Parts: sequence; structure tokens; C-alpha cells
Amino acid sequence: MTDSPILQYSFLAPIMIVLAGAVIGVLVEAFVAAKRRATIQLLIALFTIFASFISLLRIRNLTSAKAAFNSVMIDGPAIFMQGTILLIAFFAVMIIGDVDHFTAQASAVPGSEEEKSAVQTGRQQTEVFPLTLFAVAGMMLFPAASDLITLFVALEVLSLPLYLVAGLSRRRRLFSQEAALKYFLLGAYSSAFFLFGAAFLYGFSYSVTLAGIHTAVIGGTANNVFLLIGLLFLSIGLLFKVGAVPFHAWTPDVYQGAPTPITGFMAAATKVAAFGALLRIFYVTFGDAVWNWRPILTVIAILTMLVGSIVAITQRDIKRMLAYSSIAHAGFLLTGVIALNRAGLAATLYYLLAYGFITIGAFGVITLVRDSSGEITDLNRWAGLGRRSPKIAALFSFFLLAFAGIPLTSGFIGKFAIFTAAYESGNIGVVVVGVLSSAIAAFFYIRVIVMMYFAESHEDSLTVVIPSPLTSIAIWVSGAVTLILGVYPTPVLNFINTLAIFIR
Amino acid sequence: MTSNNLVYLVALPLFSSGFLMILGRRADKWGHIFATLISASAFGIGAFEFLQMLARPSESRAVTQKLFSWISVGTFQVDASLLLDQLSISFVLLITGVGTLIHIYSIAYMSHDLDRRRFFAFLNFFIAAMLLLVLGDSYLNLYVGWEGVGLASYLLIGFWNQKPEYATAAKKAFVANRVGDVGLSLAIMIAFATFGTVSFSGVEEKVSGASTAALTGIGLMLLLAAAGKSAQFPLQSWLGDAMAGPTPVSALIHAATMVTAGVYLIARSNFIFDNAPTAQLCVVIIGAITLMFGALIGTAKDDIKKALAASTMSQIGYMILATGLGPVGYAFAIMHLLTHGFFKAGMFLGAGSVMHGMDDEVNMRKYGGLGKFMPITAITFGLGYLAIIGVPPFAGFYSKDKIIETAFNAEGIKGLLIGSAALLGALVTAFYMTRVIILTFTGAKRWDEKAHPHESPFLMWGPMAILAIGSVASGFLLSSGNRFVSWLAPVVNSHEADHAEHVERFQPVVVTSMALVAVVIGVAIAIVKYRSQVPRVAPTNVRFFTRIARRDLLQDDFNEVVLMRPGQALTKFLVATDEKAIDGAVRTVGAVVIGSSKGIRKTQTGFVRSYALLILLGAFGLLATIWVVTL
Repeated sequence: MTDSPILQYSFLAPIMIVLAGAVIGVLVEAFVAAKRRATIQLLIALFTIFASFISLLRIRNLTSAKAAFNSVMIDGPAIFMQGTILLIAFFAVMIIGDVDHFTAQASAVPGSEEEKSAVQTGRQQTEVFPLTLFAVAGMMLFPAASDLITLFVALEVLSLPLYLVAGLSRRRRLFSQEAALKYFLLGAYSSAFFLFGAAFLYGFSYSVTLAGIHTAVIGGTANNVFLLIGLLFLSIGLLFKVGAVPFHAWTPDVYQGAPTPITGFMAAATKVAAFGALLRIFYVTFGDAVWNWRPILTVIAILTMLVGSIVAITQRDIKRMLAYSSIAHAGFLLTGVIALNRAGLAATLYYLLAYGFITIGAFGVITLVRDSSGEITDLNRWAGLGRRSPKIAALFSFFLLAFAGIPLTSGFIGKFAIFTAAYESGNIGVVVVGVLSSAIAAFFYIRVIVMMYFAESHEDSLTVVIPSPLTSIAIWVSGAVTLILGVYPTPVLNFINTLAIFIR
Repeated sequence: MTSNNLVYLVALPLFSSGFLMILGRRADKWGHIFATLISASAFGIGAFEFLQMLARPSESRAVTQKLFSWISVGTFQVDASLLLDQLSISFVLLITGVGTLIHIYSIAYMSHDLDRRRFFAFLNFFIAAMLLLVLGDSYLNLYVGWEGVGLASYLLIGFWNQKPEYATAAKKAFVANRVGDVGLSLAIMIAFATFGTVSFSGVEEKVSGASTAALTGIGLMLLLAAAGKSAQFPLQSWLGDAMAGPTPVSALIHAATMVTAGVYLIARSNFIFDNAPTAQLCVVIIGAITLMFGALIGTAKDDIKKALAASTMSQIGYMILATGLGPVGYAFAIMHLLTHGFFKAGMFLGAGSVMHGMDDEVNMRKYGGLGKFMPITAITFGLGYLAIIGVPPFAGFYSKDKIIETAFNAEGIKGLLIGSAALLGALVTAFYMTRVIILTFTGAKRWDEKAHPHESPFLMWGPMAILAIGSVASGFLLSSGNRFVSWLAPVVNSHEADHAEHVERFQPVVVTSMALVAVVIGVAIAIVKYRSQVPRVAPTNVRFFTRIARRDLLQDDFNEVVLMRPGQALTKFLVATDEKAIDGAVRTVGAVVIGSSKGIRKTQTGFVRSYALLILLGAFGLLATIWVVTL
């Protein structure tokens, strides 16, 4: 009675192309001469992402399609999030393309003779490109996964490469490796929570598919305690990935320690993927159990917004500050999840796109501000940047204003949409806290602008390196997207509105 | 009706600002002149539109221009459109007119500053943002301008960043404005959720169908926004410190235009406040408190700019009070706003001229007898003084007298209370303004030997003279034949009010006489008190009241105790919890869980364990929450 397996390749093509590109990247790493590797890897990665995006465009009008034995659901939100991840990845890879940020040989012990010789001979390993592609594939699968097993596989596929690349920084290697190890240990720990939750949900519904669990939720006859524990532990695994309080503690350390281009990629793309999965689970599977989870998620959202925006005020390191800012933004995004209405879904999707580009751009700028020993992340030393390189400082100020949600940036439209959706769902408390914490958050964003333009600089060693053409393209395109999404968001909003329906 | 010229009002100064910033040092030689010409041409466009508007019948005077569709999703439509009606043209003429005069004045005032071009770029940016604020046809468009003027004000207060007080001043202005902005964003969201639109006309149309609770909520949030921007109680404390910026900025932004944006917001939202009596009552109360608050602070300030800032706060209190008095009040509020724009900007420029001649000295105790050395400044300042204390026939008399009269005629005990507050405010105003005049321009000279007071150049006194003419004539011109009230009537819906039963408890002549008596008393007290020798150093053995008035009626102490300290404590607590205490707490718990705290200290991954334990505690916390919620 077994049917032969049918895989809908056209629906899976975007993910499979990325995986294939990653595998080719591994082969290139093994067989191509060291000198040419970096260029070839970069081209392969960019081409792969581009090809994947094209194949995604071909299926963009699909309202719903199940693929791979109902394990993968290609519906509107999934397609939008896959597209967002690909766009972010494309520009992130451009910044990663400046391989000067990465250690020449990851296996060499920091400070050893081996490391020195690798640097001197210019043997640069470029495993970061295939690893990034693997992570991208996992991220694309994550919001489309429609059973718990696939969801877990996707979670690991996206996480494992990220743990590795977080430890690849060329400078301050021990710091970077410490971050990677922390990220790995805590990630594994949260994965355990995830699996534990999945087991309880199976116990609750005798099913691992999201649709099956949903049926059991509606039926209401199954063991409710199992549902609650399962739901809770599953969401802990996901909330860890988005950096929600109290599962956020890794964020500042990892953001600070990881190579900056990776931090940008991680901050932008992981958020999209993890929120994609969160949205699917809460909108599709547990939408009918809303009274059970909304209070908890509301508390978490409020805590996340407040802790993120208040603690960011005292940070002295730009990457740490943006880490806390990303925590605060996770809180803003959670208000969209809690809203549980169509406007909330659309607003969250829009916010993810907007936030992704702002983040890529902001971290891209940080990669440019260096002295002889590498990037400068100490905020005090950014003083006077506005005078020395007005264009870069102006662009960075624009990203900060967008983070703060000042009108005429994409951040404003995103915040406005998401808070309005939350207000419409009747969750007024969350909206008030959200608006208050964005007011608090504006303070530290604008402090950096003041620092760059008004504070007297004390030293001259700070330089802004002339960006490589690809990095320039990435940061200026991010700036342009941020502006366009703020001034003329209608086409994108309309596009999102046509596809913001989850399919069970 | 539509017009295609409106966009240039905003676009010209905006592009000029960007142009001057991008060109940088290359534009140093001519940047100031360019910026001034741009501002003047914006005034030209405004005047042209005004004449066209005059030619049209009253009901079709408003013109709009749709720029593009900003957000258009399903039912949510926001166009980036501009609306020029009787209310906004009044502001456009004020902003561009006074703005241009201040541009001219600044050419001379800032001539020694190396960064003069940047200063003019910021000024032009401010003009653009302020015009957008008053021209936006929806709350969302207004919000764009609202944030823009906030940014410009922040940049301009901090323009002289070598001054030590800059940091706190700019920060304070920023915090107060952010609190106000929270109010405005919440108001917009509630409005959108209630009406499904945020355009002024759309909200006005649907206002009758909304619940009183929603309208009150919107009204109170708008009031909070107005309080932040217009330095009203309890968000008033930033205005005095904002005087650290260059004086032309104080004149333009912190006297004539930006700080009055709150009055504009309330007058523009008249349809909301008219249907939300509770919110309207709060507006009156805030206005009355602030007008007294500012006036009392003004009596004790020795810094000429801070005395004028306190007076600005108090005068805006009058305007806010008037906007809370319903349909009759709006026109008087805006009228006082316009006359105030003339006389207060004039006096600020006068103060700048005095400082210019006195090596940037701001302490009035070190002035004295300057009238002889700076006759033009003394005369123009004196005309502004007569206007602000409300001596007929100067401008302030017409506008302030109307507000006091309307206040007294509000129904019930409310009318008596706020009327008395407004009257008392007039007395105190007369006192502290007379004090400023006596200390600065009359009496014996108390300045240092080094000072060589001299009259300012023509570029500075020219604008002062023009503003002085405004302080003399604008009141009569606006109020004769009820001209301004009927001009504004279509916008603020005061037609119905004209026909409504109007209780005239106090005849106008009675109120006017009372106000004049109050003014005479105030002036007389000041003359008696400051006729004799004034010490160069402020005496310290003064009464309790003077002491707290010198400290701005303890507003900073209040903020520090009630807001700053708890805020700092919360931040410290969260940071400590986030970075250290968790580790500490976890060590204790960890010792129990793992059995040995030694082990934790030795391992490099101690922090990871604490993070992991935090996750575990979080999980337990959530389980407990879910338990409580579902059982």
C-alpha cells in the first residue's frame, strides 16, 4: 500500500539550490587553489542566492502548496520570509566577502606559530561561505516547516553553521571562540527544551504535524497539561533564537564576539526565520488556544522591550548596544505575534523585512570603522566620526534613526503598523509599554548620533577604511531600501497583504 | 481646491538645508545669504497664497495638494498631502516672516562663528520641518514635522557644544520631547483604531460616532504631546535650559514658533476636544497652572534669557488655557500666539543685541543704564514690553484681554477660578517684565570696566524694528471688527457658538478695567522695589519663595526625585541583574543545584552556566505563570 514518494521539486527548489550551492562550496574549499578560493566562493554564494531567489519568484503566486509529504508548507508567509532571508543573505554575503574579518585558519590555536604562518603566507580559508549557505537553507526551511520533526531539523541546520562562523573572527580570536562556545552550549540547551516540548505535544495529540496538533487543540478532549507544557517548552526553544527575555543572555556576548559581518547576518536573518516559525506555530497550531499562551507571551514581550531598551542605555560598546537593541526589537515583534490577527501578521512580516535591512546596513558600517588593530567598537572612540567621514556617519545616523522609528524611515512604518495591529487586538498595555520603550530606545540611538557629530574626538587613530565595492553596495542599498520603505511603503505593504494568510 | 505651490514651501528650505550641508566649507562665503533668500522666498510663496486665499469666499479658502500616496493598504489610507487653510496660513506667514527676519539678524549675530553656514543649514531645516508640521493634512504628516522640529531644536540647542551646560540642556529637551512624542503616537494609534483614518478631515467627519472614552483618551494624549512640545506643566522644565543655544534660536524656535506647536495641535484638533469635555477641562487646568508657574519663575530670574523663557512658558499657558475654552477660545489663542510671536521674538532679539554689546553677559544684575548706549534696542525692547504686559493699544492688550474675558465668562465656578488665575498672571507679568526693563535699561550702570556697550549693526536692529512695529500694530489689525475670529471661524467651527446662548457674566469693559488695574499694580510694585540700588550679586538672605522661584519652583528637584532617581535606580537594577546579579544569584542557587560553588568559579564557562540557569528559571517562571493563569 505504500505510494512511491513524490517530492514537489519546484516548491522545494529554492531551498535545494541553496543546499547545492553550499555543497559545491565545500568542494571548492577542498580542491581549488587557496589564492583564488575567496573570489570563487563569493561568486558561488552570490549566484546561488540569486538563483534561489529566481526560483522563488516563479512560485510567488502560490497560495498554498504542501511539499515533501506535508512536512513543508509553501504558503504566502513562507514565501515572503524565504524571500526576505534570501535578500538579507545576498547583501550579508557581500559584506562577508571582505574576508579580512575572518581568521586565516580556524583550526589554528590563537597566537600560535601555525596561525602566524597562515597569516604570513596568505593562506585564507573560506569555509565561511558554504557555512553561511547551509545556515540560509536551514533558515528558509524553518518558517515553512509544518511538522515538529522538520522544524527541529531546520532549527539545527540553521544553528550549527552559525555556532561555527561565530568563532571565526580574525582579531580577538579567544573572545570570538568564547562567544561561539557559549552560543553552542546554550543553543544545544534550548534545543533540548524544544525537543522536550515536541515530545509533550506528541503525547498530547499523537501527532507531530502542526495540522494534527491543531485538530487535537480544537477537539479539546486531550490532556491539557501536556498541551501547556509542550507549548511552553517548544516556544522556549524558539524564543531563545529570537533573543527574548529571559532567554536573551547569550545575545550581547555572541553579538560582540562574532565577526561583525556575521553578527549582522545573524541578527537580521535568524530573526526572520525564528519569527517565521513562531508566527506559524502560534497562528496556525495554537491559534485556538490563545487564552493559554497570550498572557505569558504578553509578559515576555513587555519584559523584552523594557530590558532591551533600558539596559542598552548603559552600554559602551556599539555591538553590545545593538545587541540589546535587537532584544528590544524582538519585543516589538512579539507584540505582532500576540496580536493574532491578519494585520498583526502583515505588520510583523513588514517589520522583519525593514529590520533586516537596517541591521545589515548598520553592522556593515561598523565593519568599516577600524584602527590598525581592527574594528573599533568602543563608543567613546566614535566621537567626531561625523567630521572625519561625513557620508558614512550620515548613513549610520540614518540607520539609527530607522531603528528608533523616526518618520520617513522603514522603522517608523513598521512600528506604527505593528502597534496599531496590537491595539486593534485590544492589547492596550503592550502598546503603551511598546511606545514607551521605543521612546527610551530613541535616547541611546540618538546619543550615538550626537557623539559622532558633536563630541570632540580625542585621538586620531580611528579611521574609516574605504569600503570594498561590494560592502559599499550592500550598505547603500540597505540605506536606500530603508528610505524607500519609509517614504513609499505601499507596494510592499500591498504585496504582503495579499499573501499574509497561513495555510494549515 | 488644490494648489500646486504648497510643496515648494517645504521643499525649498529642505533642499537648501541639504545643499548647504553637502557643500560643506565650500559654501561658507555665501551660505548664509543663500539660506536667507530661500527663507524669504518661502515667505513670498506664503504671501502669494494668502492673497489668493483672501480673494476666495470664506468657505472655499482651504486648498490642498496631494504629493503622493504614502501608505495605502486596504482600508488604511494615508496620503502625503498638504493642507493650507485659514489656520495654517496664519502659521505659515508667522514662521516664514519671523523666520526670515531672524535669518537676517543671525547674519550679523553669528558673523564671528566659524560654523555659521552649518547654523543656517539647521535654521532652514527647522523652517522646512515647522512648515510641514502646520501644513500636514493628517496626524501622521504632522508627526513627521513634529519629529523634524524636535530634531532641529536638539541640533540648534546643542550648536555651541563647547558650552558645558549644553549636554544637560539638550538632553533635558530631548527627554521632555520624547515623553510628548509618546503622547502623540498613542493619540494617533487610538485615533486610527477608532476612526480608521488619521486625516484631519476624516477624523472630523467620524467624530460624532466615536465613544466619549476614546475621544477623551485621544484628547489627553494630544494634551501630553502639546505639553512636551510647548513646555507646559508638568513637562516645562526643559525650556529654561534650552536658552543655552544661540539667541536667534531662542527667538525663533523657543519663543515664536516651535514651542507654540502644542497650541496649534490642540486648535487643529478642536473637533476632538469639543466632544471630550474632560480632556478640555484638563487643557484649561494645565494652561492655568503653567501661566502662573512661568510667571512666578520669571520674577526671580537674573539671567535675561531665562526670564524671557519663563515668560514664554507663561504666555503659552495663556494660549493653552484659551484653547480649552471651546469654540470661542481657539481664535483668541491663535491671535495671542501671533502677537506673541512678534513681541517675544522682538524682545529675544533685543536681549541678543544687549548680549552682543556686553560680551555675552546674560546676568541682568550686571547691566543697568544701557538705554543710553543702545537706544534702538531699548526702544524696540520697550515696545515689546508694552505689548506683553497688555497696555493698550499695543498688540498684547487685544489678544490677552480677550483671553481673560473669555476665561471669566466660562460657566460656573471654573470661570471665576481660571479668570482670576489669568488676571493674577497679568499682574505678575507686569511685575517681572518691568523688573527686566529697570534692571537692563535704566538706573546706574553696574557693568565691568572692560565692557563697552554699543548699539548693534543695522542688520540686527532692522529686524528688531520690524518686529517692534508688529508688536505695536498687530493686535489692533487682527482684532478690529472681529477680523481674526471670523477669519478662523470655518476651521474651528465657531459659527454655532455665535448663535448659542452666551452668558456674559462680566461686561468686557469690566474685565478690561480689572486687567489694566492689575497691570498698573504690577508695574508699581516693580518700580518701588527696584528703584533703589540693585546689588551686583544676587542677595542670598531672601525669602523662601524667592529662593524656590530661583530654582524654577523646584521643577528640577521634583523631576530628580520623582523621575530621575527611580529611573536611574531601575536602570542600575536591570543592568546589574542582567550582567552581574544574575551571576551572583545564580552562584547561590547554583551552589545548591550543583553542590559546589568552587567548581563554578574555576570553570571558564561559569557564565554560560548562569545563563543556562537563567533560562531554566525563566522556564519555571513561565510554567508557574501558566499554572496561575489556567487554574
